Amino acid sequence: MANIKKNPQEPGSTVQGLSASRKVYNVGLRALIYIAAGLVVALLVFLLGYILYRGLPNLSWQFLTAEESVLKDIQGIGPAILNTLYVILATLIVVLPLGVGSAIYLTEYATNRRLVAAIEFATETLAGIPSIIYALVGVLVFAESLRLGKTLIAGAFTLVIMVLPTVIRTTQESLKTVPQSYREGSLGLGSGKWHMIRTVVLPSSIDGIVTGCILAIGRIVGESAVLLYTVGMSMQMQDFFRNGLESFFSASGSTLSVALYVYAKVRADFDLAFSVAVVLIVITLVINLAASLAGKKLKKS
Amino acid sequence: MLMNERSLRGSPADPAQKAPRRKGKAGVRPLESVMQMIFFLCGFIAIAFVLVITIYLIISGLPAIREIGLVEFLFGQEWASTAKEPKFGILPMILTSVYGTAGAIVIGVPIGFLMAVFLSKVAPRRMANLIRPVVDLLAGIPSIVYGLVGLMVLVPLIRETFNTAAGESLLAAIVVLAIMILPSIISVSETALNAVPKEYEEASLALGATDIETYFRVSAPAAKSGIAAAVVLGVGRAIGEAMAIMMVAGNVANMPDLLSSVRFLTTGIAVELAYSSGLQRQALFSIGLVLFLFIMCINVILNVFLKRDKED
Repeated sequence: MANIKKNPQEPGSTVQGLSASRKVYNVGLRALIYIAAGLVVALLVFLLGYILYRGLPNLSWQFLTAEESVLKDIQGIGPAILNTLYVILATLIVVLPLGVGSAIYLTEYATNRRLVAAIEFATETLAGIPSIIYALVGVLVFAESLRLGKTLIAGAFTLVIMVLPTVIRTTQESLKTVPQSYREGSLGLGSGKWHMIRTVVLPSSIDGIVTGCILAIGRIVGESAVLLYTVGMSMQMQDFFRNGLESFFSASGSTLSVALYVYAKVRADFDLAFSVAVVLIVITLVINLAASLAGKKLKKS
Repeated sequence: MLMNERSLRGSPADPAQKAPRRKGKAGVRPLESVMQMIFFLCGFIAIAFVLVITIYLIISGLPAIREIGLVEFLFGQEWASTAKEPKFGILPMILTSVYGTAGAIVIGVPIGFLMAVFLSKVAPRRMANLIRPVVDLLAGIPSIVYGLVGLMVLVPLIRETFNTAAGESLLAAIVVLAIMILPSIISVSETALNAVPKEYEEASLALGATDIETYFRVSAPAAKSGIAAAVVLGVGRAIGEAMAIMMVAGNVANMPDLLSSVRFLTTGIAVELAYSSGLQRQALFSIGLVLFLFIMCINVILNVFLKRDKED
């Protein structure tokens, strides 16, 4: 293994014939690199292995789909999974037009450089704000000022602000990869700017938008602080089909990561918490795979 | 509105419609100007959100600071928000956040950087390709999962090793934070190392430097602004993390000590947000404001590094 990637016969990889101090430098640093790599790999294996070891035994179809019931002695995270989906859907419906629109403005319309710089700085700032601040803002703005209360919709609105930078940035990146000649061709044939964007630019950057969505979903699934304070910890099933869609605005309930918190910190039911952790890791894995697939497609085009 | 446009474009043979179309877009295609307006508004949404957040935090954070007194609030050593004579000093939290972040950086950055060198330069390509997705997976795992593992593994370990009453401590929080910032430090520094021009390394090797000397004396300095960005990013993540350390830090507002139960700025908000009211609640918003200022400073620093990186 002790060689350079590209050319194994590289003379630089041997320490023979070097002065003593250089020998120490080389051997010492190489050892440090291998120690660090070994540590990280051991950590990765341990973390994943431990979570699977603790979480897998309790995982069953019933646990994944059922609603918990003290009477029937059933534990289940069905409602949490559904709530996660609702929050993802509600967030994406709002954030997609806003984020994609913002990216389009930045790459297609904006002409003032300072303005673009200001908007990009704002986007970076939003990306850097920690989730506990978003939780505060969610409670202040959506739950209290706008009187939405602790509801799924208040959580979704807060998450919109949180994932907006992700959507803007990935969309912007893919818009930049659309060749300028496409735009010129379309405009040259007499189409207006919006028509050009709708028929030429957006279709050829759809992969980037999809990647943005996937990354946004990843952040939403992993988020716990915001949802804990804006959506609440109820583990009951929502019934929108019976109560109508307007009940969405008054419904509250825990998502998967909040359910993990409830199991671990409120009920001290650690085995179930680990089972939820396994579910979260599987979701993360799927999201990462999907994102890298979409990214690869993006590179090809 | 789509119909509008289609009808406008529908009959290209009609000269009466064709002629004005050349004059200017705004007059003939109302949809175009409407869409431009919509995109213009969308463009400003990020700025609007930042303004809303800033204004709300300042408005709701200032009253408590004014009532408690700025010096008393920032440098008071005691936080007893529910006591009969409540005290709101957040110095313990500020110091805990600073120490915790510094500790996480001291542990996480060297390991992360060496791992990045390993992945980018030393490891066989196949091995690196195998490890990288796992590092990405680690980056994507929800923070609360790290808290859970820390609570179940690290906390008992610390309790037994150091013979303390409770293992929930600053040390546990530091280790959890260090592990959490590892993936982003690894991937950002690896990207920076990969971007170093091949010629630099070849020149160094041709001059007789060994591969290790090349990595640390040529590649790393050439990638230094990217690596610095990784460090600042790690600082940002560590100082802003709440849920994971809430599970392992014990959440008592002591002055920071490695083995005692501590409360960070973030957990200071998180612990009491659910049940607080009155001045106590306003004080939480003030903590939020302080944290926000910290983060803004870090963002500005990060932006400077990234900009310098781009200019290079």
